[in-house]
Amino acid sequence: MKPLPTRSGCCRAPNNNCCSSDAKDAPLVSTSLSFKDRLGGWKVRWGIGRVNYQVEPGLYAVGKPDGDSPVLVSANYKLTFDTLRKNLVGLDCWLLILDTKGVNVWCAAGKKTFGTSELINRLEAVKLSERVRHRKLILPQLGAPGVSAPEIARRAGFSVIYGPVRASDLKAFISSGYQATKEMRTVSFTLRDRLVLTPVELVQAAKKSLSVFGVLFLLNLFAAKPFDVNDFAVCAGTIFIGAVLTPVLLPFIPGRAFAFKGWLLGLCWATLAVGVLGWFAPGRRLFAAGYLLALPAVAAYLAMNFTGSSTYTSPSGVLKEMKIALPLIVISAIVGSALTIIGHLMG
Amino acid sequence: MKMIYLKNVATLSFLAEKCLGCGRCAEVCPHGVFSLADKKAWVVEKDLCMECGACSLNCPAKAIEVNAGVGCASAIIKGWITGSEPSCDRDSGECC
Ligand code: SF4
Ligand code: SF4
Repeated sequence: MKPLPTRSGCCRAPNNNCCSSDAKDAPLVSTSLSFKDRLGGWKVRWGIGRVNYQVEPGLYAVGKPDGDSPVLVSANYKLTFDTLRKNLVGLDCWLLILDTKGVNVWCAAGKKTFGTSELINRLEAVKLSERVRHRKLILPQLGAPGVSAPEIARRAGFSVIYGPVRASDLKAFISSGYQATKEMRTVSFTLRDRLVLTPVELVQAAKKSLSVFGVLFLLNLFAAKPFDVNDFAVCAGTIFIGAVLTPVLLPFIPGRAFAFKGWLLGLCWATLAVGVLGWFAPGRRLFAAGYLLALPAVAAYLAMNFTGSSTYTSPSGVLKEMKIALPLIVISAIVGSALTIIGHLMG
Repeated sequence: MKMIYLKNVATLSFLAEKCLGCGRCAEVCPHGVFSLADKKAWVVEKDLCMECGACSLNCPAKAIEVNAGVGCASAIIKGWITGSEPSCDRDSGECC
């Protein structure tokens, strides 16, 4: 078996042994993942080298496909590709991989890189109509925001069937003669889905908040009474609340707007932390008030960012939420930080 | 558990007169917004719509209109700053 062609960095050239997409034989794809594939997947989850994790676009073979085998269309994001192939054990089919610049199907469909023209061009590039007798393409359902099935039929003569949302349902879908249950057609947002997403959220939030810790450190250089490990823990806890706990507990927190949910948990946390550390005591009240304003605002902001990872928020809704929440977040973060610093310098 | 976002914000509009009853909208919608009855589509729950635009793009009769885009706060902020269309990093590892 030929090694899987991958490409990395800005160099578009396949590293080795790779066949161009118009090669006579489509590269054969294994349905089992190697340790390297798994490690790569894990690194992507934690935001290490997340960009440019892609495979070469083109036509691939799974098993021993012939002119009657189904054609599955997907994106050239390596994780998508791996998820897809490991769910095809025992099947004979073609994989038509579009150039989505290493982005998963759903995102790429939103950007239209997983789109009508890319699909039509790719069909021509691999001369699919000469390889298969039928004129059917199975697309992932989440590719539908980018692809117009009526247009593919009109311009390329292929009829599009939208397969299930999840690759794990593909075999059942194919063996039932392309019948999808309502379940298969619906995007979920389970606890597991949300947990999988949180590492990246956390890493991103931590990167952003390094500047906050930098400011604390600088203030420490000049202050008579430095910020200590308690302040650090309270801030770190807030980031955890906004970037991890709010997403995980999402359906159980009252309210619908993400910012509100984050703010609510952030407020609980800030009240708890300030209470436990005894900062409600007279003389520390300004300081405490600062924290009670700033911390929930930070949690609200981080939670609001999670709208991008959620699977059910509409742009109109997010815009509405932001118009209300963003000014409140900015004001309370600035006022809160100022009070905390003043209270700290005075205390 | 089916999560519903804000009420009455989705820009989805459906013109029943134009509908051919092909069922494509119900096939592509990731949130079961459309259903088919008596060879006509109907909107089951508009508040479930995330404005992905799949139904509108795939309807052969142009019976559906929606302001499609990404429901992502940081993408919208980035769009404001750079003056470009918001685009997202929505990532569902399970999707194929
Ligand atoms: S896709 Fe368009 S024509 Fe087909 S059922 Fe839906 S609304 Fe009607
Ligand atoms: S825009 Fe997307 S979520 Fe809304 S009804 Fe159409 S397919 Fe469903």
